[in-house]
Amino acid sequence: MKRWNRRQRVLAGLILSVTFLAVVCIAGSLCTQQALTTDLSQKNIAPGAEHIFGTDWLGRDMLMRTLKGLSLSILIGILAAAVSAVIALVLGVASATLGKTVDSVITFVIDLVMGIPHMLLLILISVAMGKGLTGVIVGVALSHWPSLARLIRAEVIQLKESPYIQISERLGKSKWYIVKKHMLPHLLPQFIVGLILLFPHAILHESSITFLGFGLSTEQPAIGIVLSESMQYLAMGRWWLALFPGIFLVATVAVFYVMGQSVRKLIDPGSVHE
Amino acid sequence: MKLELRDVSYRYVKDGQKILEHFSLTVDSHERVGIKAPSGYGKTTLCKLLSGYLKPVAGEILLDGRPLSSYKGYCPVQMIWQQPEFAVNPRLRMKEVILEGDQVEQRVIEGLGIEEDWMNRFPAELSGGELQRFSIARALGRRTRFLLADEISTMLDLITQSQLWHFILEEVKRREIGLIAVSHDQELLDEVCERQVALDKIGAVGK
Amino acid sequence: MEKHMRKGTPVLKIEHMNIRFTQYDRGLHQRELPVIRDLDVEVYAGEMVAIVGSSGSGKSLLAHGVMGVLPYNASMGGTITYCGEPLDKKRLDKLRGTEIVMVPQSISFLNPLMKIGPQIRKGSKDPEKKGKLRNIFKRYELKEEVEDLYPFELSGGMNRRVLISTAMIENPKLVIADEPTPGLDLKVAKRAMTHFRELADMGAGVLVITHDLKLALEVADRIVVFYAGTTIEEADCADFKQEETLRHPYTKALWRAMPEHGFQYIPGSQPYVKNLPKGCPFGPRCSQCTDECRGEVPYRRFQGGMVRCLHAAETEVSE
Repeated sequence: MKRWNRRQRVLAGLILSVTFLAVVCIAGSLCTQQALTTDLSQKNIAPGAEHIFGTDWLGRDMLMRTLKGLSLSILIGILAAAVSAVIALVLGVASATLGKTVDSVITFVIDLVMGIPHMLLLILISVAMGKGLTGVIVGVALSHWPSLARLIRAEVIQLKESPYIQISERLGKSKWYIVKKHMLPHLLPQFIVGLILLFPHAILHESSITFLGFGLSTEQPAIGIVLSESMQYLAMGRWWLALFPGIFLVATVAVFYVMGQSVRKLIDPGSVHE
Repeated sequence: MKLELRDVSYRYVKDGQKILEHFSLTVDSHERVGIKAPSGYGKTTLCKLLSGYLKPVAGEILLDGRPLSSYKGYCPVQMIWQQPEFAVNPRLRMKEVILEGDQVEQRVIEGLGIEEDWMNRFPAELSGGELQRFSIARALGRRTRFLLADEISTMLDLITQSQLWHFILEEVKRREIGLIAVSHDQELLDEVCERQVALDKIGAVGK
Repeated sequence: MEKHMRKGTPVLKIEHMNIRFTQYDRGLHQRELPVIRDLDVEVYAGEMVAIVGSSGSGKSLLAHGVMGVLPYNASMGGTITYCGEPLDKKRLDKLRGTEIVMVPQSISFLNPLMKIGPQIRKGSKDPEKKGKLRNIFKRYELKEEVEDLYPFELSGGMNRRVLISTAMIENPKLVIADEPTPGLDLKVAKRAMTHFRELADMGAGVLVITHDLKLALEVADRIVVFYAGTTIEEADCADFKQEETLRHPYTKALWRAMPEHGFQYIPGSQPYVKNLPKGCPFGPRCSQCTDECRGEVPYRRFQGGMVRCLHAAETEVSE
């Protein structure tokens, strides 16, 4: 067989990553019941043929709990990251195109949000929103947009100087036309990559606050909850309770990262030369 | 129709360096004027002022007696940039680039030797000479009254240069479009322009 | 003609050079883009050869190819001989920057954070080198104080002279200058070209790559015309005095297109590398094109120069 060229390899990697995430999400949403069912006759079993990830102190199957937890976390992550990225796009473009006052206000907000540690802001927002699912999503969404917004703002400012946009202005094209025809198509690749690279952040931070107990309740076994519950049993030698969910969380984050990089390689116009 | 610069001064925003001082120039729409000056003497700045890309620090730029800045929308003074590679959006097909102009006539497109199958290509799939034809066509829209050509043929081969200038000359004569050509090539300006203006340091004019 | 200059082995001899890029089409398919298809040139000690072609025709890659600094998705074929022996990577690594130097297109190749003096001497404090630099500066009308300045404190023209000084400090045998006069007005451009002429007069072989035929004619010894990826003619500058002594129909058309020679033009445009015709690249625009022109057209000696045209002899008779 002919050796695959780089683009084909990248695309294959991308498809694999998407498949992994899809499988986790679908499996997770199918096993809601199993993940919560307790069976005290089956508790504390080490990984084996019947329960490959073992079971916990209430006899719940850890494979199910891991899948369920991950799928919940991924959904929260995607939702939060998407909201975050849209905020970033709107504010970034607005800041660069709507004049000095708007720009200084938005830049100030960006600096302000960036100045506060992520976790602190997240905890504040999610507590203020009354914890729970909405609290976590809003918290993650509102704390993650500034870096992407700053990137987009810088890009648009540079883009405004490019001759073809200046020419378009002299040809009588409206601001909206220029944003739509010249700027958005140019920003789209960066936006998509930024969006995908926000996922792992969102997931990690979401897991962290649920782990710390500021997020979801135990009825919603997000991966952070699963891990935090497992912590107290680690000392008793039940290593499997934290190991598998932990590995899967890291794997998911890594997969998102790979996806972001792959998409960047595929849509970057400079990549035709590779 | 007249394009006038009255007592115009310009300096860079960054370092305040003076580029033009008390510079005046009048070009009529049936005239072809050449501008020559060594590099760094503000030729490109002058072109950008005349076509509304820049606003003067002092003085007025008038088109048909009205300030150029009062023309909203399509600017009747269009400039062709030196490097066509930067003057077109790399993500647009050439037919979309042409559509940005003001109802560019088929006659212009054909006269510039633009071939039908170039229209579906992206800028990266055309040579510099081919791209420059599109920039020229786009600048020759329906409402264009003055055309500024800033060293438009320096990077092209001599045959392409001759082709493009023959067409531009024919077109500006036919439509009574005023032409302002900037070049370092004395022979070219002699061929193309009726009168020439030399820029000295800080824009003092010698004829 | 100046045959006396071309004795002995050439400093640089390039035969059948071709440079291809692998590029992605839209989608997943890769394809090869032959930016340079067939390029031949010889440079002898003490002479200045100019390769002239329009911008974007890929001629800059030639310099990068010889210096071994092509981008990673490019591959090169053909042979490069330096002073009679093949110029392989090992030899090139040893000679680059000392015997073989390149003067790049843009002054952005200077290190903005290093003072001019140390930058040119490459940090050496050797008093002999310092003295030499002083002499070079004198020749290029650069003041001694310039050594203690940073590139941003100099004008564009001064920085260009600094770039040339960088090449001079090493007694190069071969100098390759890539588009040394971009955006310079005629006077400054001429002066920059004269600096290269001086290098040649001091015994180096100088290869200048430029888009400006008129300028090249004023300073170079020989002109190599580059069209759509191939060298199509090599002529002494004197041959450009009249159309009849030129060989290739494209060169003749170039000559007629000069404002001072009638400003005439022929239709069509130089094809982009993706859409090259078969055989002679000039064929579709040429009035003498025949069926044979669509096959292989060899680059051959003709009337003291070189030409890649099957009908060169006939034009001569008909003129």
